[in-house]
Amino acid sequence: MDTAELLALYEQMALIRRTEKAAHDLFLQGLVKGTTHLAAGHEAIAVGAGAALRDDDYVFATYRGHHHALARGATPEECLAELMQRATGLCRAKGGSMHLTKAAVNMLGSYAIVGAHLPMAVGAAWSARLRGTGQLAVAFFGDGATNIGAFHEALNLAAVWKLPVLFVCENNLYMEYTPIADVTAVPRPAADRASAYGIPGEAVDGNDVVLVQEAVARLARRARAGDGPAVLEAETYRHFGHSRTDPAAYRPAEEVERWLKHDPLDLARGRLVEAGVPEERLTEADERARDVVQQAVDAAKNAPAPDPREAFTDVWADGGAAWRT
Amino acid sequence: MADVITYREAVAEGIAREMRRDASVVCLGEDIGAAGGVFKTTAGLHEEFGPERVWDTPISEQAIVGAAMGAAMTGMRPVAEIMFSDFLACCWDYLANEIPKVRYMTGGQVTVPLVVRTANGGGLGFGAQHSQATENWALTVPGLKIAAPSTPADVVGMMAAAIRSDDPVVFFEHKGLLASKGAPPPPDHVVALGRAAVVREGADVTLVALASMVPVALTAAERLAEEGIGTEVVDLRSLVPLDTATVLASLGRTSRLVVVEENPYQGGWGATLVSVVADEGFGLLDAPVRRVAGECVPLPFADALEEQVIPTVDKVVAAVRSLAAY
Repeated sequence: MDTAELLALYEQMALIRRTEKAAHDLFLQGLVKGTTHLAAGHEAIAVGAGAALRDDDYVFATYRGHHHALARGATPEECLAELMQRATGLCRAKGGSMHLTKAAVNMLGSYAIVGAHLPMAVGAAWSARLRGTGQLAVAFFGDGATNIGAFHEALNLAAVWKLPVLFVCENNLYMEYTPIADVTAVPRPAADRASAYGIPGEAVDGNDVVLVQEAVARLARRARAGDGPAVLEAETYRHFGHSRTDPAAYRPAEEVERWLKHDPLDLARGRLVEAGVPEERLTEADERARDVVQQAVDAAKNAPAPDPREAFTDVWADGGAAWRT
Repeated sequence: MADVITYREAVAEGIAREMRRDASVVCLGEDIGAAGGVFKTTAGLHEEFGPERVWDTPISEQAIVGAAMGAAMTGMRPVAEIMFSDFLACCWDYLANEIPKVRYMTGGQVTVPLVVRTANGGGLGFGAQHSQATENWALTVPGLKIAAPSTPADVVGMMAAAIRSDDPVVFFEHKGLLASKGAPPPPDHVVALGRAAVVREGADVTLVALASMVPVALTAAERLAEEGIGTEVVDLRSLVPLDTATVLASLGRTSRLVVVEENPYQGGWGATLVSVVADEGFGLLDAPVRRVAGECVPLPFADALEEQVIPTVDKVVAAVRSLAAY
């Protein structure tokens, strides 16, 4: 990866980190309702994978999906407006934090039932094959999803139909509050299961954006060539707890410290400095991200609430919600 | 085409017509390919359209319906088969949480034009896990359309409407009707969802039925006619959209209502229909409403026991007779 490309990925990660920090602050101010599942710490996976994909590839994410929506082209303003229940929100304030979706860029949704979207990604890949478009589908999911039946049904169907789909596990070591190792029979919950379906299962440092980009690019080439699906397990760490109600006090201090020192932004920064990019250039990128997010926060704060009549639209394709004729 | 067509043949015919006119229609399900389906409701599709449009799947209900959803979101019109409607429970997440919610929670960004077909209901002695009438499960979820035809012509016409629908449709094919015969539908026959049919006229009592209960209601009406009781039979055809207008109009003529449901009384669709009538049509009624429904027990295996549990002609005749005399 050349320096200019890595710098662009660094800027994207900085923007996501800033947006997550804003979501956190706005929640504490009472301006974000419901809950949030922040992805601070996971940025390199969304950004690295995004850099390896075509613009028309399909992406499916989980309730921890802010970074995927942002990496695929949703703006901080429309994401934060959605979290703040504004009419200008990405889903017009009908989805919220757990359902960020931008269909216009083939970011086909964030799903809050663990593992449910893996078969959908298989279906999108099937559709791409039927239409002969060469598109790929990628499902991002957490380590906890690997113990769901849909995970196994999806991997098997994708394998027997040899579909162009990638299963990318963000293994952050915790299934909500419980260490994944305590409830899973194999050390690598995603990659170790791939062989049961006759497909490649690889592991990668999920905090290193360059390694993620390279791994996804390689597996994507293979899938597009007709060689079928693959599993990529990207090891990473949550900077926050599972959701807003979780202070994550169950995590050993030394573990937290070790992972915070292995921050994806710091890693990319180190690579850039080594390649001769001046520190000031990176500081400028950080400041630009801060300004963009601050403007997004201000715009979202000033945006109107949705028209109450919106509660009765969008059930059906005609825009309505009538159940009687 | 032959003078008559079976309900079973009508399913394959309805799908084939849509596959001929629209290349984005594809089928997936267990045993639906060369085997032609365990009920032979997909017979001939694999031969005509080949394995790139008629896909056999593993026994993986979540993958079948989940993949259908992903394909529907990306430009295809998949028709997924869930072999027995009892097995909808195995992929209930997709029918309850994913498919019907995605349009709404994305603010209208995503369209899911798919059909989930399934063999529904009792009457064949398959026991408690292969005999349920489950249309009420789907009725509890806003965002799904529900079709349940009772005749071969309606199967073809409603299949066309379901596959052409930009909204998700759960299509209940009744196992007890598969061998029944009827007039073959004309070319390009489409029956819009949400249009009930008055299948027999009568002045005294309105009998509203769905799917396998329609022939039960018609047989009961024949017998009641011998007693001088005129029974109007309404075939509801679909539960969402629900054609309450046709039911209220019929009540305007008869002033008495009996609803016949195969599903359990508890939570049945008849309760919803009757509540609309109580709300908006109370002034039309000259008698209480009656619901003839399944009992709240699992479906037993033996015919003699099943008859105790699901509506029969005798039970319907008794209910109508009691109202006619009210």
